[in-house]
Amino acid sequence: MSTEPIDLSRNGNDVGTIGDRLARYIFFGCAAVTIATTLAIVLVLVNGATDFFSTVSLTEFFTGTDWSPRAADNPSFGVLPLVWGTLMITVGSALIAIPIGTLTAIYLSEYASSRVRRVVKPTLEILAGIPTIVYGFFALSFITPILQQIYPGTGTFNAAAGAIVVGVMIIPMVSSISEDAMSSVPDSLRNAAYGLGATKLEVSTQVVLPASLSGILAAYVLAISRAIGETMAVTLAAGALAQVTMNPFAEIQTMTAYMVEIGTGDASVGSIGYQSLFAIGLTLFVMTFLMNVLSMWIRSRYREEYQ
Amino acid sequence: MSTNTDTSTTTTTTSTTSTGGDPDGFDPDGDDFDFDGSSIKRKHQLGTIFLGLCFAATMVGIVALVALLADVLLEARGWLTLEFLTYPPSQIAENYVPSNYGELSTGPGGMYPMIIGSIYLIILTAIFTLFLGVGAAIYLEEYAPDSGLTRFIEANISNLAGVPSIVYGLLGLAVFVRAMQTGASLIAGALTLTLLILPIVIVQSQESLRAVPDSMRQASYGTGATKWQTIRNVVLPEAVPGIMTGIILSLSRAIGETAPILMVGAATTMFTPPDLTDPTGSFGAMPMQIYEWAKMPEAEFQHVAAAGIVVLLTILLLMNAIAILIRNKYDKRS
Repeated sequence: MSTEPIDLSRNGNDVGTIGDRLARYIFFGCAAVTIATTLAIVLVLVNGATDFFSTVSLTEFFTGTDWSPRAADNPSFGVLPLVWGTLMITVGSALIAIPIGTLTAIYLSEYASSRVRRVVKPTLEILAGIPTIVYGFFALSFITPILQQIYPGTGTFNAAAGAIVVGVMIIPMVSSISEDAMSSVPDSLRNAAYGLGATKLEVSTQVVLPASLSGILAAYVLAISRAIGETMAVTLAAGALAQVTMNPFAEIQTMTAYMVEIGTGDASVGSIGYQSLFAIGLTLFVMTFLMNVLSMWIRSRYREEYQ
Repeated sequence: MSTNTDTSTTTTTTSTTSTGGDPDGFDPDGDDFDFDGSSIKRKHQLGTIFLGLCFAATMVGIVALVALLADVLLEARGWLTLEFLTYPPSQIAENYVPSNYGELSTGPGGMYPMIIGSIYLIILTAIFTLFLGVGAAIYLEEYAPDSGLTRFIEANISNLAGVPSIVYGLLGLAVFVRAMQTGASLIAGALTLTLLILPIVIVQSQESLRAVPDSMRQASYGTGATKWQTIRNVVLPEAVPGIMTGIILSLSRAIGETAPILMVGAATTMFTPPDLTDPTGSFGAMPMQIYEWAKMPEAEFQHVAAAGIVVLLTILLLMNAIAILIRNKYDKRS
């Protein structure tokens, strides 16, 4: 008889009826759907973009500063104005969500009592559960009128309102993930700092923050990735005028807003408008994919392991 | 402080050799010792300011939430009527004004077909995600070997969760609507939403399965049960509450998604609800209609959009309440 220990985790794997083996294949099939989804996304985007780039040169697309696909005589497909619009929303919302989200996380993790935390954290997470279309409405009916009172030149559609609502939307992403990272810093580190005479402020900013930096940075990157792909709120709030401008109170168009514009109008299959959807979609997918990979890399590269 | 340290170190080591020369340069007789407590006071003040900042930041999120809900409710007040829930939409703003209802030849405007459309959409999405999501989670938790392929599948799932929803819309448009020729139909919308929420459902179902203690599996194997029998009779019943909670919460995300169904081609002014027995027919859904209303220039449509949002948020709230009820009910038992 073998003296090797019995591998309990394999129990039942080898025995069983045809039904048992069938179950395994069916469940594998379900998991394989996720791989098929990724493959399909890449194939669909690359396929559509290839059609697009057979008409429009890569140079024109990536370096052109004029996006006017509708122009009847001489349509122009320079993606930079759309990328600029997306960038304005992303940077603006990050400027709002990163400081607010980080301070919120510090408050919840270091200062708030567990009772306060149990109420506040889920309340903030409601923000992440509200449909983005509602944020778009909120921007139009609440934020923009306020901006117009502060700065009368504000248009009905403007980048600032879009950035503000997207910023609010991603606050819980920054705060929740950062708070999780801060809470997992062991108390022994805090107590050691207190023992040296550190104040709560010093413990929070010089011990807890550096110790949970990987989780916090990963949260930032995820939130930014979300802001890049955000669609309905920016479509309603920021408008549909593709232009490169420094003025946050002017109308802009993001990549996603352009996709909505084409998606609601009936662009016929094979038209350059329809094909441009996939070129923009591919650009968007690559940008968010890189952000997601970066977030995963930060987490695994800089993770501090605590017992 | 740090500039003082260098000079005090040299004086300490030269004058009082008996103390052995403190390497930190701490000098009990020096000026940097804080007798009056002013530096401690300053630190306390800084600490209070910082706490104030942190608290204020926390309040920003809460105030924004309150402002958003108050804004929607105030705009919707007086516009959300029973007729709004039971009549099809209209392109004429006056038809939505409750005081006009009596004089209309066409009947009041509402969002009935979209409410039904959204419910059908969610029912179909629920069926697809239940099978695919739970199936994939069972494979990954119960069957999958610790191999490169498994790690690849899991990394792929977490990446899919970060793909923008409008890209899923493009996928649905190209694969379901065009390639499979389902048209801009209920089934295309439901399949697209299924793929969108599948990563979240899988991860949450995996967590529920992982929470089932291994001792229960071993006990089942000990009675001679096969793997599938163990999963079906022991693991799944134990994990069902967690799985259901996860699925309902994901569905409540799906019901509010606009971009994917917009790309798939959800209709905006549908006068009759879609037919569940014919899932290839066209469909309307609440968020799509709200978008259509919100971008109308007339002021009336702002109120109509707000009324639509209140209906959508109420359904969301109900779904979340059900999820919490399920969780609490089964949490107490354990």
